[in-house]
Order: sequence, then C-alpha cells, then structure tokens
Amino acid sequence: MKNGVVIIGAGHAGVQAAASLRELGYDQPVILLSDEPELPYHKPPLSKMFIKDAEGKAQPLRGEAFYAGSAIDFRPGVRIERIDVCRRSLEVAGGGVTNFDNLILATGSRPRTLALPGADLSGVLSLRSLADARLIRDLSAQSEDVVILGGGFIGLEIAATLRAGGRTVSVLEAADRLLGRAVGPMVAAHVRRRLEATGARILLGTTVASFEGKNGHVSAIITSSGERLPARMVVVGIGALPNVELAQAAGLTVGNGIHVDHQMRSSAQEILAIGDVASYHHWFTGSRVRLESVQNATDQARLAARTIMGQGDAFSAVPWFWSDIDDMKLQMVGLTAGGDSHVLLGSLPDNKFSIYHFAGQRLLGIESVNRPSDHILGRKMLAARFSPTPRMVIEGSNTSLNTAIADHLKQGRAGAVL
Amino acid sequence: MTKLTFITHNGTHFQINAADGSTVMENAVRNAVPGIEAECGGSCTCATCHIYLDEAWVAELGEPGETEADMLDFAYDVQPNSRLSCQIKVRAELDGLVVRVPERQG
Ligand SMILES: Cc1cc2nc3c(=O)[nH]c(=O)nc-3n(C[C@H](O)[C@H](O)[C@H](O)COP(=O)(O)OP(=O)(O)OC[C@H]3O[C@@H](n4cnc5c(N)ncnc54)[C@H](O)[C@@H]3O)c2cc1C
Ligand code: FES
Repeated sequence: MKNGVVIIGAGHAGVQAAASLRELGYDQPVILLSDEPELPYHKPPLSKMFIKDAEGKAQPLRGEAFYAGSAIDFRPGVRIERIDVCRRSLEVAGGGVTNFDNLILATGSRPRTLALPGADLSGVLSLRSLADARLIRDLSAQSEDVVILGGGFIGLEIAATLRAGGRTVSVLEAADRLLGRAVGPMVAAHVRRRLEATGARILLGTTVASFEGKNGHVSAIITSSGERLPARMVVVGIGALPNVELAQAAGLTVGNGIHVDHQMRSSAQEILAIGDVASYHHWFTGSRVRLESVQNATDQARLAARTIMGQGDAFSAVPWFWSDIDDMKLQMVGLTAGGDSHVLLGSLPDNKFSIYHFAGQRLLGIESVNRPSDHILGRKMLAARFSPTPRMVIEGSNTSLNTAIADHLKQGRAGAVL
Repeated sequence: MTKLTFITHNGTHFQINAADGSTVMENAVRNAVPGIEAECGGSCTCATCHIYLDEAWVAELGEPGETEADMLDFAYDVQPNSRLSCQIKVRAELDGLVVRVPERQG
C-alpha cells in the first residue's frame, strides 16, 4: 500500500470521501482529481441564490486551507480518460499516469440534452457546473424573456429566481404535472399554483417542437401546440445522466449508474463508486436506485471511506432532499413512491403543510412545505427505524411522536417496526 | 471587516476578519475551522453548522428564526445559546463576536 486512494471527481461526494478518509485516520496518500478549474463548491445554490446576484461568489465546500491541512492532494483541471483495472492506474488527458490502491469514482451526472435542430444555438443552456451558472446569470441579465424546458426541481428553482428578478418566464413540461420524478401530485400542484401566482407561465403536456434563431442566437421556441414563445435564453432542465463512461470502458458493471454493493464497491473490488453516479439496492426500498442529492452523495462518501478502512458496514442512511422554490422550502425525507395512503397536516392556503406517505401501516416518507419540524421528525423516525401508523399521525402531535420514538428506541417496540 | 473568533472543541482559537453581509458559517468554511460541516451550504436544512454563542452575544443576536429553531432540534447537544451559523449575517455591530464549535455535528 503506497499509492493510496485516488478519487475522480471533486463534487459533494468526492470531497466528503477525502475528508472522511482523513477523519478515520487513513495515512496513505489521498489524491482528489477534478476536471473543473475551481475549488470544489456547493451545487444547490447555483439554481437559487447564485444566479440572482451579479456579485455573488461560489460557495466553497471546504476552504482552500482544508486540503493542504488534511494532506489531501487536490488537483484541479485534471480530466481522467481511462482506467486500467489490472494495472490499477489512470490515464490523464494530455498525458501522465496515476496509480492507485483504491479508486473512488465520484464523477456525478450531467444534464440530459435535447436532440432537436436548434438545440445548439447560443442561448440554449443547461445547468450543472459553476461555469454553466455564470453563463445563465450573465445572459439572464440581458434577457427579458426566458423559457425553461422541464418542470423538475432545477428548472423550477431557476424559473422562480428569474421571475422574482422581473423576467417573463415560461416553463414547458411534457408530463401532465410538475416534479413527476420527485414529489407526489399534491405538492406538485401546490408548487404550480404558487409559481403561477407569481406570474410564471406553466405549460403542462407541452414540449418544444422547434427553435428559432437570429445570427446563431436563440430568439424564440415553438411549442408542441404551435405557440411561439419569444426567448433570448432557454434553459434545458430535463434530467441528468450518470457519468458512467469511464467505468463502462473499464469493464465495470454499469446500468443506469455504476452498480455498487451495500458497501459502495463496484464489480471490481478495489474500485468504489459514490454519489449521483452510483446505482445500488437501497435498504429502504429493497430495489435498485440511483439518487441525485447532496445527502446521498455525502453519506455514501462516508461509507466508502469506512469500507476502505475495513470498517464497512452496510449503507443505512436516511434519504433526504430539499429545494427552495420562491417562498416554499420543500423538504423531503424517505422515498415516497408507491404509497397508498396519505395524511395531510397543516394548510395549503397558508403555504405550510406536510404530507405523510404510507404503504399500508408503514411510513414511506414525508414531504414538507415550510414545516421543517415535520421533516426533522421524519428524519428521526426513519433513523430509529420507527414507523408511526397513520392513526398515530392523525391523532397525535409532534410531541407524542417524539415520545413514541424514544419508547421505540428504549424497548425496540412501539408502532410498526420498519 | 468584522472580527470573529471561533473556538473549536479542543480549544483552538481561529481569529477571522469577516466581510459584512457574509454568514458566520461561510467564514468558518473558508478558513477551514474544523467541526463546521455546513452540508446544505446555508439553506437552513442540514443543521450541521451548529455553534454556541458566547453568552455576551446572546442578547445582541436575539432568538433563532422559526425555521432555524425547528432545524436546531436535529443538532447534537443543543443549548439555549445554540444557533445555526449559516443564519447569522456578519455586520459591523458583531465586531468581536465569539462562538464555540460543538464536539460534533449531528
Ligand atoms: C443546479 C443544481 C441544484 C441542485 N440542488 C439540490 C438541492 O437543493 N438539494 C440536493 O440535495 N441536491 C441538489 N442538487 C443535486 C446535488 O448537487 C448532486 O446530487 C450532487 O452534486 C452529487 O454529487 P457528486 O459528487 O456525485 O457529483 P458532482 O457534484 O456532479 O461532482 C462530480 C464531479 O466529477 C467531475 N468529473 C466527471 N468526470 C470526470 C473525469 N473523467 N475526470 C475528472 N473529473 C470528472 C465533474 O466535472 C464534477 O466536478 C442540485 C444539483 C444541481 C446541478
Ligand atoms: S449550513 Fe445547513 S443548516 Fe446551516
């Protein structure tokens, strides 16, 4: 052991993996490679605060001093082209080879693109990196009319931010509702109403049929129903694809993401994969998932570090996610798809409510809008592997549920056990 | 510039010149103060930027906001002087502010 751990990708997952290795006392080299030029930064603010403020700076994940101070060899601007599994080495773009004992693939995901003529006009953008966010910020400052393609979290966050900045904003969504992959229909309808009340136009069941351009820059889009929407900027937010190409070329097992086991190991023992790029059997659903969230990235990173240290327990973190859209703080805990009953607490008109999703008597998760106390309670319940029944939620209070969690932890039995 | 002091759990002092308008959390991260994780980047949704205010500053800074108070419920070893450092904006009146970093986050 002397080549240590090499990590490809310095996003939320890669940086946390490096930090966790040092926290656990790993004493071999840790090399963190990034194809971006900057100090690693937080992605969520890019679609929220960052594009609003011409002076705003990226928020570093860790200060510059952290890397040297923790003996993490951070190398920006380095793109890896090939993995040689047998030799345990990497080929760097432009020449050079780096050897590893363990490799962590934290290559993230990239925006899905549109295969339509005109999608390559200037002014048609997508958002993943700080460089993308700078383009969107600069162009939106000169754009009266903006069209967002896709009604997912990133698209809606951008729509809300630009609308608040006085732009004319239209959102096109192919499905018959917003946020189809992420939240239930009730929260989606609420978000739609609130956004429409700000003056944003939301066109459901609508896609882009074609683009119009002037001198190579987009000027309008034509919708699938034939409407012409002027646009100096179009943001494509139609989902993300995992960056699996390196792993695939190296012969690792890959599907929708790099397949990893419950300890984050890929089909090659010494190579692990974490974050947006990893696909795994989730303890909570029992099925294979690939999640895109900060929590997923950092908790998998912590586990990958434990695995390398020989302490690898099975992945057991509680999934959670947030989004800030206009005056709505959305917080999701658990994985709520497939629920068959739902309990609503709070009030939609007050813009403060939570929806508890159940499959039978088992709590799948909670979606909250401006009700952080329910979100926190949900994180505690799932972490304790405690499920209240729907009746306990309807008839009880957060205080009674907190007591039930405590009892459950003491006796291992109160309500249904997850 | 406003002077802030972070005291980590093992007693190390970090003295930092902070820009007004930045958050206390951002200054901790930029200066690699150990023990502040700030996983959500200041969105008040992770509770891993928990700090204790020096008693002398509790009155000046007032109570945590509603969301912050709810999120603090998830932090480790919460005290009456607990705050989330991403929710405190630096301003001239905070010159000399002293905060302590808890033993661990969450
Ligand atoms: C605009 C935006 C807003 C978001 N908002 C939220 C939110 O509110 N809440 C939430 O929980 N999540 C949010 N997310 C999702 C969250 O940011 C991701 O889940 C998280 O970034 C995943 O971390 P990662 O480390 O797996 O990937 P990334 O952060 O994408 O990092 C991967 C890195 O690897 C680099 N890389 C890839 N291939 C190579 C190579 N061959 N060589 C070298 N480097 C390479 C990439 O350039 C990138 O820097 C948001 C994402 C975006 C884009
Ligand atoms: S940084 Fe997440 S709550 Fe403060």
